[in-house]
Amino acid sequence: MITPWIRRHRKSSKSVSSQGLMLPGHRMPRIRRRRNPVSGLTNQGLISPSDWKRPSVRWGVGATHMLLLVALVVIGLGPLLWLAKAAITPTNDIFNHPLSLTFAHGAAWSNLRTAWSTVQVGHYLLNTIEICFGSWLVQLTVATTGGYVLSVLRPRYARVVTAMLLVTLFLPAIVLLVPLYLMIVNPPLIHHSFMNSYWAVWLPAGASSFNVIIMKRFFDNLPRELFEAARIDGAGPVRLFFSVVLPMSKPILGVVSVFAFIAEWKNFLWPFLVLQDPNKQPISVRLPAIAGQTQLGVFLAAMLIACIVPIVGFLIFQRSFLRGSGLGGAIKG
Amino acid sequence: MSAGSLGATEPGRARVHYRRRRTPVTWVRSGGLTTLLFALPLLLIFGAFSWYPMVRSVFLSMEMTPNLVTYTWVGLDNFRYVIHDPLLPIAVKNTAYFAFLALIFGYPIPLVAAVLMSEVRRHRGFYSALAYIPVVVPPVVSVLLWKEFYDGSVTGVFNTILGWVHMGPYAWLSSQQMAMPALVVESTWANAGGTVIIYLAALIGVNSELYEAASVDGASLWRKVWHITMPQLRGVMLVTLILQIIGTAQVFLEPYLFTQGGPNNKTLTVMLLIYQYAFGSSVGSGFGYATALSLMLAAFLALFSLIYLRATRSWSSE
Repeated sequence: MITPWIRRHRKSSKSVSSQGLMLPGHRMPRIRRRRNPVSGLTNQGLISPSDWKRPSVRWGVGATHMLLLVALVVIGLGPLLWLAKAAITPTNDIFNHPLSLTFAHGAAWSNLRTAWSTVQVGHYLLNTIEICFGSWLVQLTVATTGGYVLSVLRPRYARVVTAMLLVTLFLPAIVLLVPLYLMIVNPPLIHHSFMNSYWAVWLPAGASSFNVIIMKRFFDNLPRELFEAARIDGAGPVRLFFSVVLPMSKPILGVVSVFAFIAEWKNFLWPFLVLQDPNKQPISVRLPAIAGQTQLGVFLAAMLIACIVPIVGFLIFQRSFLRGSGLGGAIKG
Repeated sequence: MSAGSLGATEPGRARVHYRRRRTPVTWVRSGGLTTLLFALPLLLIFGAFSWYPMVRSVFLSMEMTPNLVTYTWVGLDNFRYVIHDPLLPIAVKNTAYFAFLALIFGYPIPLVAAVLMSEVRRHRGFYSALAYIPVVVPPVVSVLLWKEFYDGSVTGVFNTILGWVHMGPYAWLSSQQMAMPALVVESTWANAGGTVIIYLAALIGVNSELYEAASVDGASLWRKVWHITMPQLRGVMLVTLILQIIGTAQVFLEPYLFTQGGPNNKTLTVMLLIYQYAFGSSVGSGFGYATALSLMLAAFLALFSLIYLRATRSWSSE
């Protein structure tokens, strides 16, 4: 019943979604005039078309780009390529010839196997995925419902809540380290420790004011006529949320999701503090612990496995990532 | 649904709504309860894990918590203890040194890279992906990986490379002079990609008509960079500067995993000191000191946050 007029309004809504993140311009810098901020072409950049016709300029620019590419590959990617090679090299060869490009004594695929089974990297990887998934779910729930209340439903207390969110946005996370820890160990009212429970990671992850605020700003830019139309068609606030607002917010949901996942994957200090049972720890907390007890080759294999998932995830969802990082300049918690 | 949400478009109706007497029943009828249910996840999560701990930290900084159960009010004693701790000036100095080095290494590189990348016509996505990959690597992995690179023996990765040109071997992480720069190089490698993307997004916003006009006037490439690109990036450069200062002031993982603050406290940072107060020896006894120092750091950083807020405001209202 509600889908037809979404389709009818698609044209008007397209300008919203195709621009990716529509952030209101008056408060924040935004990605302007561009359908795709990453791969689009400028009409004219620094070098004018007439300059382009001169061979010297062309060669100069070409050479600079080649240099840039080489620098990016050697410096940016180099350490990871080294990791990939070392992960399948026998430990002795890593020690003796760390920069050898060949395998003097053959490749040691057993490193990966040992890391996966004996060091239990597979188990810790599953822990990490479980932690990331829960944090993602909590973050998305809080951000979408919160953004919906603050942007669309707008009760009287919305202003106060928005102001309080802005305060937390500019508060460095460290201030909360100790009180949050106490909250987990001995929460008021409940008096039951959440130590070693994944809830201790999932729930605090939801308190990200950055998420709520970019979600609210995205909702602010959805066409209001659409909400009105839905309301006239008899949709209540719940229906409006699930059938209109959420389906129209896919780009921002993508951005928030990839960042929620990757942030939790990278997290170290908090899971390290609240998950002290080694069986429950994510891979990033386990790695420093196993560093001393494992053969170098096997340890490097474990590290390789730990970073393959986020790298592959990034390559798949590149657009959401790069779009979202551009936003990092706008607001960052 | 409350008429308030559409109030902006129908001022007449909204006024009627306000004039009506409000009882719990009318509140529920007008959708107040549904709205509250929608607001509940946000209110509960932020209340428990953001707002309440914020207030709590102020109290904690003036209490002693020897065993996590009893709390004794000690006034400003915790602050006094922290200020007179001989480790504090060392930590502050080291953190400032880290931030300074990070600015020297890490601030110009992403800017130059982004300006160059913005001129790439084909496969620009490929370039930005390359620059961004280190950012998605878990910090623990990059620190532990670079720890291998910094191996102090002759066959360490960096020592091998330097050996080719007959330099070294250096002790890297166990050298008092080189430990901190070594940490900064790793942290720059891990974080520069994010800044590159921020600059790229801003560079795309630079008005191409300005470049056209400058070309017509016969401006050289350098003049264009200096007089058009840079002034338009001023806002975003200030923002990345402040974000970087806020970030580096809270540096923890690098000193913790690389050196544990050593050698000879040369890499002890403020954040590491906070961690040591709180969880270093016996958990709990130093919570007061830790919160006191966190509050002091937060107050210092709030200053930068204010500048940031002003900067983003004035910049976008251009």
